[in-house]
Amino acid sequence: MQREDIFTMKSIYRDSFRIRAYRFGGGEKSICIVGAMRGNEHQQLFTASRLIRRLAQLEEEGRLTPGKEIMVIPCGNPYSMNIGKRFWTIDNTDINRMFPGYDQGETTQRIAAGIFQEAMEYRYGIQFASFYMRGTFAPHVRMMETGFEDVDMARKFGLPYVLIRRPRPFDTTTLNYNWQIWNTSAFSIYTTGTDQVDSASARQAVEAIVRFLVEIGLVRENDQDKDTFPPMDSAVVYDENLLTLRTDRAGFFNSFVKPGEAVEEGQLLAQITDPYEGTLRSRIVAPAAGQVLFMHQESLIYADSSVFKLVAGLDGESAGLRE
Amino acid sequence: MIQTIASTELPADETLRIKKQRLLPLSYGTEEEDGLSAKEGRLKRISIVTGIHGDELEGQYVAFELQNRIRRQQEALQGIVDIYPAMNPMGIDTITRGLPDFDLDMNRIFPGEEDGSMYEYLAHEIIRDVEGSDLAIDIHASNIYLTEIPQIRINALTQRRLLPLASTMNVDFIWIHENATVLESTFAYSMNARSVPTLVVEMGVGMRLTRQYGDQLVEGILATMKAMGIWTGDTVPVRRPLVMRDPQRVAFLNAPAGGLFIKEVPGGTNVRAGERIGRLVDPLSGQVIEEITAPCDGWLFTIREYPVVQEGSLMGRILKNVQYELRMPETAGQEEE
Repeated sequence: MQREDIFTMKSIYRDSFRIRAYRFGGGEKSICIVGAMRGNEHQQLFTASRLIRRLAQLEEEGRLTPGKEIMVIPCGNPYSMNIGKRFWTIDNTDINRMFPGYDQGETTQRIAAGIFQEAMEYRYGIQFASFYMRGTFAPHVRMMETGFEDVDMARKFGLPYVLIRRPRPFDTTTLNYNWQIWNTSAFSIYTTGTDQVDSASARQAVEAIVRFLVEIGLVRENDQDKDTFPPMDSAVVYDENLLTLRTDRAGFFNSFVKPGEAVEEGQLLAQITDPYEGTLRSRIVAPAAGQVLFMHQESLIYADSSVFKLVAGLDGESAGLRE
Repeated sequence: MIQTIASTELPADETLRIKKQRLLPLSYGTEEEDGLSAKEGRLKRISIVTGIHGDELEGQYVAFELQNRIRRQQEALQGIVDIYPAMNPMGIDTITRGLPDFDLDMNRIFPGEEDGSMYEYLAHEIIRDVEGSDLAIDIHASNIYLTEIPQIRINALTQRRLLPLASTMNVDFIWIHENATVLESTFAYSMNARSVPTLVVEMGVGMRLTRQYGDQLVEGILATMKAMGIWTGDTVPVRRPLVMRDPQRVAFLNAPAGGLFIKEVPGGTNVRAGERIGRLVDPLSGQVIEEITAPCDGWLFTIREYPVVQEGSLMGRILKNVQYELRMPETAGQEEE
């Protein structure tokens, strides 16, 4: 394992800004894995740290394929991480809206360029991403429908779902999109949450990545390995087919289910109560049988807000699935 | 007549409301009952939109002063003026640029979705309400870091339609920029895509009012209303703007290192190559890190106000090889940059 600072920037008020990379093996640039890019992505940073530890172990055991390089960037934004702010410290811009970056441009464009100059050289790219809405997910691999996405490869992670969505205008400046445009096979991995560490979910992600590394020939399989989370036959889900459940009232949000849980048609999923009087304001009921992919997590909720995303009909015949 | 165009319930005894003021010709009255009559449908309509970014306040003054001017000569109003001062009311009230609690830029969620999240739904309602206008003007105030000389920015895709409308707006400068996919989620792009000509004004600086710029723009809006046939009242001769199409004509001054930027010339100054614009200093060591000089002759139309910079922070923009002079209609030989 080699540690290297791939981007540095001096500051007069703080320690220098440094993006550190960890390289395993050497030779053909095979896969790059990026952890947290925003300052509140604790789960993403934690997962990256667990992955680095696991790769160091595999390297020690001599199980990494010679002539292939794996690079992990645990944190693309240590400045924001250290002050608990999601976006960039001074101007609140999002590094993940600055790709492919510009090394003569503004600060976050330079940071994005610093990451991308390294990351773009790899054949595969994985990012531990987080969602703009606060909530928890069932673990899944997410890809954008750019024409370059490789669904069969995404299923090799063995996570419960592969979610495919059409890019929106702002997506064109994300790392994932630019990786694909510049010929890197790119995947975003969503574990449960963002601000809070979920070690079981992080372990599931690390096992999924090691499984993927075995599949693409970067890690030698060992019969002694025991997965806590055995591989699953991923359901391929299209974002436009997810059932989005919205609130009609604001108040305290109390959910009775968890991400990944199967629900029946007509099942009570959550209720909203009056924050002053404690009375019931609204019920959220599953309109169809399915599984919970995303769930709002904060105590309070606004009206007209998405609180659940359901994958309906996992037999492949209903709304959530497409062959 | 004040109308609520979109609203949503908040948890603790509050409703978020996006409101507009509708000014009508005297003969149409101002009462609710006249609100959306069939006659109104035949009137021309201009929509003044601002406050999408909660930290940009220059448009607040324009919303106030434009009404003031129209009310003084109400008989001269021949069409509908819709004024939307606060598209992001929670942002303005909390000095937050984006949407509070979501940390999202509201100007990246248009055209919104009727069945989307709360703010996507609000964005959808905004678009629906402004649709049908003959002209929309979206007033921005740069951000809290940079002061901009009054200017209109036009996507190259829409220049044929928008440039004539922009030319009476009394701004100093029109910047025609290339289309960027990421900008397709802005309010202006969404409106232009729906055939509502929409001009984006940038002027002044965040968190402040620059009355001089506000008054300048109000005159431009009235002159434009007159050209549209909505206004027959007083107007003043408007400035002839510089028009810039070639991105190579703009020099960007990015900070070579982090430091404290001490500005030495105001925005709008004509500068010579090598002329000092400011100094980048280190308050701890007391040393000058670098003198910031103009890389070329030109007109400094953007200047940094917020003094702390990091490597790459924008400190200014210069329109190369131009010496700006105030040009009124009678000035001969308007050049196009």
